[in-house]
Amino acid sequence: MSNPQRPQAPLLEILRVFGAIGMASFGGGLPGWMHREVVEKRGWMAEERFLAGIALGQVLPGPNSVNLALYIGQQLRGWAGAAMAFLGILGPPFLFILALTLLYGWAGSVAGLGVVLSGVAAAGLANSLTVGLRTARRMRGLWSWAVVLATFLGVGVLRLPMIPVMLVLGPVSIGLAWRFARHA
Amino acid sequence: MPERLLALLLVFAPLSLVSLGGGPSIFAEMQRQAVEVHRWMPAGMFTDLFAISRAAPGPGSLIGALVGWQAAGFAGALVAALALYLPSSLLLLGIGHWWHRRGDGPARRVVERGLAPLAVGLIFAGVLTLLRADGAGWLELVTLGLSTLALLRGVSPYWVLLVVGLAYATLQQAGAIGSGG
Repeated sequence: MSNPQRPQAPLLEILRVFGAIGMASFGGGLPGWMHREVVEKRGWMAEERFLAGIALGQVLPGPNSVNLALYIGQQLRGWAGAAMAFLGILGPPFLFILALTLLYGWAGSVAGLGVVLSGVAAAGLANSLTVGLRTARRMRGLWSWAVVLATFLGVGVLRLPMIPVMLVLGPVSIGLAWRFARHA
Repeated sequence: MPERLLALLLVFAPLSLVSLGGGPSIFAEMQRQAVEVHRWMPAGMFTDLFAISRAAPGPGSLIGALVGWQAAGFAGALVAALALYLPSSLLLLGIGHWWHRRGDGPARRVVERGLAPLAVGLIFAGVLTLLRADGAGWLELVTLGLSTLALLRGVSPYWVLLVVGLAYATLQQAGAIGSGG
């Protein structure tokens, strides 16, 4: 089931990697961090499998980055892997953000910090934008680009409800992938 | 206190399963419940907690834990987080399990290849949605652009975050940009 050319991820290593992502990802951008650690640095998962996880995690209910972490953990090492990824991505940040809120309680507001927070949030978003640009650059075929553009326009610019958009574009895109795989 | 924990459970568990598209789609309903329905906090405080949860490491949806904390202390934070994450997680793992068991055939490759461009489009759409939710101005857009260029050239995200944090703190100290809020 698992690809023999890819290194198997040890459970404790999954916990450690996701814990590190959880604590490093100031400003969010978690898909970017996960792509960097899981696909680029460690080669635990192929890029298209990772991207399929992003699509699945967004279409199903639940917070996207937690869904993606669970998907990666499960694809790597089944239920135990998913549990490790879940604990790592949520445990440390949960405690950290509570501590941060204690500070906020003492300070009374974030008025003094608001600007810095917005800067960190913008820099965090750059991680997501980067993984989008990197993976887009590696895609083959004009049809892929058309699907990227249609998805972005529909969900991002026009703010159409995501599920109907996915229900239309999903089958179309898979059909195109099938057609071009046969003719390749 | 037990009533408050139950109230948190009843607010967050349904949110877990209707939160299609993740974060941004939940925040509005979370705010309505926390501020207007249950009056756990004033509106200004929710805005502050949103800013904290966006900048803090980890998933932005951890704002749910902060709402729970405000309503019922540490137990509240734990109940809110578990109620928000467990139902959707079990659903995802159930479907993922079935997907995983189907093995590595060519059909799966085609589905993954077809889903990939959708995912890339959703990543770009997500960036745009969060920029709107953050109320980003020109300074944030410049920050996003420069940070992305640095990351694409292989600069470590740790450095990018450190430099941006320090730059904003310095600018604010110098009075060059507003005092936020």
